[in-house]
Amino acid sequence: MKLRAIAHSRTGDKGNTSNISVIAYEAKHYPFLREQVTAERVKAVLAGVARGAVTRYEMPNVGALNFVIEGALGGGVTRSLALDAHGKSLSSALLDLDLPEPG
Amino acid sequence: MKTIRIGAGAGYSGDRIEPAIELAEKGDLDYLVFECLAERTIALAQQARMSDPRGGYDPLLGERMRAVLPICARNGVKIITNMGAANPAGAAQATRDIARALRLSGVRIAAVSGDDVMSWLRENDAPLDNGATFSALGNRVVSANAYIGARPIVEALALGANVVITGRAADPALFMGPLLHEFGWAMDDWTMLGRGTLVGHLLECAGQITGGYFADPGVKDIPGLARLGFPIGEVRADGDLVVTKVAGSGGRVTPQTVKEQLLYEIHDPRAYFQPDVVADFSDVQVDHVGADRVRVSGGKGAPKTRLLKTSVGYVDSYIGEGQISYAGPNAVARGRLALDIVRERLALTGVRMTEARFDLIGVDSLHGPAASRAGDPYEVRVRVAGRAESLAEAARIGAEVETLYTNGPAGGGGAWKSAREIVAVASALVPETAATPIVTIKGE
Repeated sequence: MKLRAIAHSRTGDKGNTSNISVIAYEAKHYPFLREQVTAERVKAVLAGVARGAVTRYEMPNVGALNFVIEGALGGGVTRSLALDAHGKSLSSALLDLDLPEPG
Repeated sequence: MKTIRIGAGAGYSGDRIEPAIELAEKGDLDYLVFECLAERTIALAQQARMSDPRGGYDPLLGERMRAVLPICARNGVKIITNMGAANPAGAAQATRDIARALRLSGVRIAAVSGDDVMSWLRENDAPLDNGATFSALGNRVVSANAYIGARPIVEALALGANVVITGRAADPALFMGPLLHEFGWAMDDWTMLGRGTLVGHLLECAGQITGGYFADPGVKDIPGLARLGFPIGEVRADGDLVVTKVAGSGGRVTPQTVKEQLLYEIHDPRAYFQPDVVADFSDVQVDHVGADRVRVSGGKGAPKTRLLKTSVGYVDSYIGEGQISYAGPNAVARGRLALDIVRERLALTGVRMTEARFDLIGVDSLHGPAASRAGDPYEVRVRVAGRAESLAEAARIGAEVETLYTNGPAGGGGAWKSAREIVAVASALVPETAATPIVTIKGE
């Protein structure tokens, strides 16, 4: 199963830091997301871009996780050489994460 | 309980204009807010002002004001915007001229200036987030603007302004200003300031909360995206918010669209740093309460840091870029050959670059080779981008892609090149006393 089956996501940017939300469609899947979608896994699936530290913040009130990825934007949105300087498309890469079927 | 209706008429400088007209006409609004100032926009605006002292404000200001001023005047809707960019006084002057040309009476325009903190940074040689200090940028600095809070906007409204034009105000402050003015929240009521920040944060990107930037066909479908309605926030005096939009407009407001925006550009949700408060979204609740109506409750705050984030714009470098496409059988192999040729040519001809990228659009340009799939796409686009220290040197990069037309692999088409100056932005923190916000009324 792919993460996108149970969660949606949006990427934001500030300077050279990207943040990617992972939001459960249904509240019952939040504990499963919390268990499966760790900072380490996010760093691994975004290995091509996530060069710096990845920090995870939990928001059980809205069934969401927020990943903050430092050094992800090629030196910063305003000077990056990248085609997607804002890293807007990173959320789509993260939703491709493979997960086991929820129990 | 008293309720105020605030519409968001733009989420960025180049945003669509008709949704703002629709809001002004049919939104039953008290306020219409236009957030048009991204990190780099103010630096580019400062450059524009240097070449024309009357310029330096949002290039769409005239078009937007001509479209909404008559409707807002008729319906009693007040306008708040950061379209002043590097020249709020100039933007106010231009708006007054438009109001006069349209024969509108009673339009009282306030300019909020004083967010320029260049002199403080120079005197104190502040450290920047890129590891350097301010003085290391030397004469490459073009702008230094602090994100200021809602207080001068409240002051402008108290002076009877019905159009308030700021420069580098923090985006949520544009929404917090009217809430503070209408509800009389105290500037040290951290809970209410946290909730006001939440309102502003949710609405400031306009269409991003009404179904824009959300659709994924078959998974997350949104109707009517070509006629996307922009949001209306119905805010109660206790800070409780309902997000909605004009009936019949395109898009959707659902708990999902609201949650995506809640976390957009947030780092620690317990500490969202703003000039007036450190907002905390950790207890926010999001509930569906009707068709295209979502209630957002909770939100709190902690005392402000008395430090203001400052964007320092500077001429960083020059980027040269070239692209060319290949299609059909073996397109990927020809694309890779093209990249190899350009890489070798750039070395052979001695093009001086501090950094370069060699991408195959359609294969690995966005997330690197690890993310690409097996199986060749039908077409690919070669992209080479490099950083140089002069415009002339940067231009040589795209030129080496263009010459693939007659000298490269078979069937390359659609070559394109560019070379541009890069005004980049670094951040610094300054004490709030370094900025001196001033409100000027530009007459009726």
